[in-house]
Amino acid sequence: MEPAGLSRFEIVSREDFSDVTYLLEVRHPLMAKAARPGQFVIVMAHEHGERIPLTIADFDRARGTVTLVIQAVGKTTREMQQSCKVGSTLHAMVGPMGIPSPISGAKKVVCVGGGLGVAPIFPQARGFKENGAYVIGVLGFRTKSLVFWEDKFRSCCDELILCTDDGSAGLKGLVTEGIRRAIEKHSDIDEVVAIGPPVMMKGCAEATRAHKIKTLVSLNPIMVDGTGMCGGCRVKIGDQVKFACVDGPDFDGHQVDFDDLMTRLRRYTQVERAAAERWSANCRMKDLADPAAPAVELLELPDPFDDVKGG
Amino acid sequence: MAKKKTIRTIPQERTPMREQEARARAKNFEEVACGYDVDEALREAERCLLCPDQPCVAGCPVGIDIPGFIRKIGEKNTRGAYDVIAETNLLAAVCGRVCPQETQCEEVCTVGESLEAVAIGRLERFVGDAAIREGWVNVPHIEPNGFRIGIVGSGPAGMACAADMAKAGCEVTVFEAFHQPGGVLKYGIPDFRLPNEVVDAEIENLRKIGVRFECNTLVGRLFTIEQMVDELGFHAVFIGTGAGYPSMLGVPGDSLNGVLSANELLTRCNLMRARDADFDTPIPLGKRVAVIGAGNTAMDAMRVCLRLGAEKVYCVYRRSRDECPARAEEVHHAEQEGIEFHWLTAPVAILDDGKGGVRGMRCIRMELGAPDDSGRRRPVPVAGSEFDFECDQVVYAIGTNANPIIGQTSRLKLDKRGYIATDEDLATSMPGVFAGGDIVTGAATVIEAMGAGRKAARGMKAYLGLRDPARAAAGETLFGIDPGEHNFVRLRAAA
Repeated sequence: MEPAGLSRFEIVSREDFSDVTYLLEVRHPLMAKAARPGQFVIVMAHEHGERIPLTIADFDRARGTVTLVIQAVGKTTREMQQSCKVGSTLHAMVGPMGIPSPISGAKKVVCVGGGLGVAPIFPQARGFKENGAYVIGVLGFRTKSLVFWEDKFRSCCDELILCTDDGSAGLKGLVTEGIRRAIEKHSDIDEVVAIGPPVMMKGCAEATRAHKIKTLVSLNPIMVDGTGMCGGCRVKIGDQVKFACVDGPDFDGHQVDFDDLMTRLRRYTQVERAAAERWSANCRMKDLADPAAPAVELLELPDPFDDVKGG
Repeated sequence: MAKKKTIRTIPQERTPMREQEARARAKNFEEVACGYDVDEALREAERCLLCPDQPCVAGCPVGIDIPGFIRKIGEKNTRGAYDVIAETNLLAAVCGRVCPQETQCEEVCTVGESLEAVAIGRLERFVGDAAIREGWVNVPHIEPNGFRIGIVGSGPAGMACAADMAKAGCEVTVFEAFHQPGGVLKYGIPDFRLPNEVVDAEIENLRKIGVRFECNTLVGRLFTIEQMVDELGFHAVFIGTGAGYPSMLGVPGDSLNGVLSANELLTRCNLMRARDADFDTPIPLGKRVAVIGAGNTAMDAMRVCLRLGAEKVYCVYRRSRDECPARAEEVHHAEQEGIEFHWLTAPVAILDDGKGGVRGMRCIRMELGAPDDSGRRRPVPVAGSEFDFECDQVVYAIGTNANPIIGQTSRLKLDKRGYIATDEDLATSMPGVFAGGDIVTGAATVIEAMGAGRKAARGMKAYLGLRDPARAAAGETLFGIDPGEHNFVRLRAAA
């Protein structure tokens, strides 16, 4: 087998779920073969770009592709939303990184995904199903128009609880409400796996703590290399400091110091906001120069906690 | 015949190297030391006695024929000097800059017994820079032998091993997790000490002798060491992944947003070019920065912070200047640029500004007690000597631990501290798999890593049954002739 020239990181398909959420399917046969649920990649859009971590949302060994679901929240992810067309290539994509999620032999599990966390929870739900578990999916979105992959989840979940903040689809409320209902109905849940914004994962951990249900969360701190070298992604787990990139990204949700994580996620908020605003202003300038080009709306920047895995 | 040089006839003073003025250079990323010109190099070469003992050669981890190349400089034959160095070291421009010569070749220099040692490092750099400028590269005559070598990590250990194995006729592929090759030479050492273009030039030379680089490849996770041997068809593998995994102090406030590792700061600045407005990676800019530690990495971090615009940069170290592990020259440079040193001082807590950032540190004074395991006097806290220290950013440069990825993903035997266990020839517990550099020894120097890469290459050649030209030095062969030597073809790169 030829190990060299591993991949050109070509984008083979793209799907837009909403104004801010898009899916990229990238060709990398070796990575598709190596990837396991729970792992992530680091992507660079162009030579001068930053390295952003993105959880692997799916992988297809037959097609030799890895799927990423990205939310356009910062300069890089919004730039990628414009530049990443089918047939174009990324500058870099390295991975799979992190320790794969331990898809345990649990008999009954709840897989919780909120916002962007919906995508990376999918391979876990599928993995549990393949292991013969009874899988309850709990998916949370802000509103109906943001819902994606409902069918995909129905195919691998025995039950699916869809939640929206405004009640426009499924039940009205947060995913913690979905978890509460699942626990009420099933007294024998072995494990809960939650991926989403930190504040959501914190809520999930709190919802299960009293019931003493094992709860795994996937942490999303800021990182540079993703190989354990920079220490930027350090997180507090109980009384220990761990690096999410090589010691995680999955940790026991009941041990995680989420407040610390949320504070650390704010490290570059100001700089990032400024960069995104500069970028938007630049785009508008270009539009003025070229009246035929469609206008670029300056999107309202969501709360940084909505930002899952970099961006 | 020229009159024999003696210690009395040579220039008594070491030839100084021109440097950017301290105040000016502390604001830019241009190189601090400007290098010798031809006249300066000639004068310094004149200081070498070409003594028969050649203690410097033994002092060099890669065994460069130092008197040999200095003689060529003296003969005004810089190309010849490059030929001599290139036989043992393809990375002259790098080593001339970053080797700690004062504890290696220059420490044992015969001239150094009575005068200042010959400035071997500066002369090596002179030759290396000339080679890059002129596009010289010595491509040896390589007879392909059909063996495929996989190298994990493109830092100094991997580069040195790759060079030797490629010269021996192997097909070499180097895997790198970052998007650019070079390892610590790129992400760690700042441009004002080692410009990234110099590293790129040396990597280009490796490409010219057939080495392939595969970036964006995280070995262990994309494929394992076992898969390299069993499935990807590598006949031997070298692991030179470096130490990584920076240590944290373990004091309250460690996780505050103004606290980061030197590795993170340097990577953002050096590899990701965060200081350049054209690049997207952000970098934290402190006004008053305290760097904890006093090794070479700490010096680099401090000087980077100055150049990024910090008003004040402090070095906080729990031992005294005598125990500080950085090269004397680096400490001197840092001092000249205005770094403030606080010896015998240790932080006991990083103080929160109430918004998740840093407002200062609580420190304690130390005094030196009895020698510890390292032979240096152990720092002991002075009771009741706590005081507060104002700063808004803290950088930890207090060493690194073993990177866990290879250990997590292979059956290789590790030592107690998590580094890869090897025998004397740097062979690991897995047949055909060798390891060297920081991932075996813990954090060390660039040249030690290169030495390890070359040593592993020797072990690999023996394992593969390849004759090692380095082992049959001319003196040991029957007629004093080594057919493996001097067989390179000179190439001149197209302009």
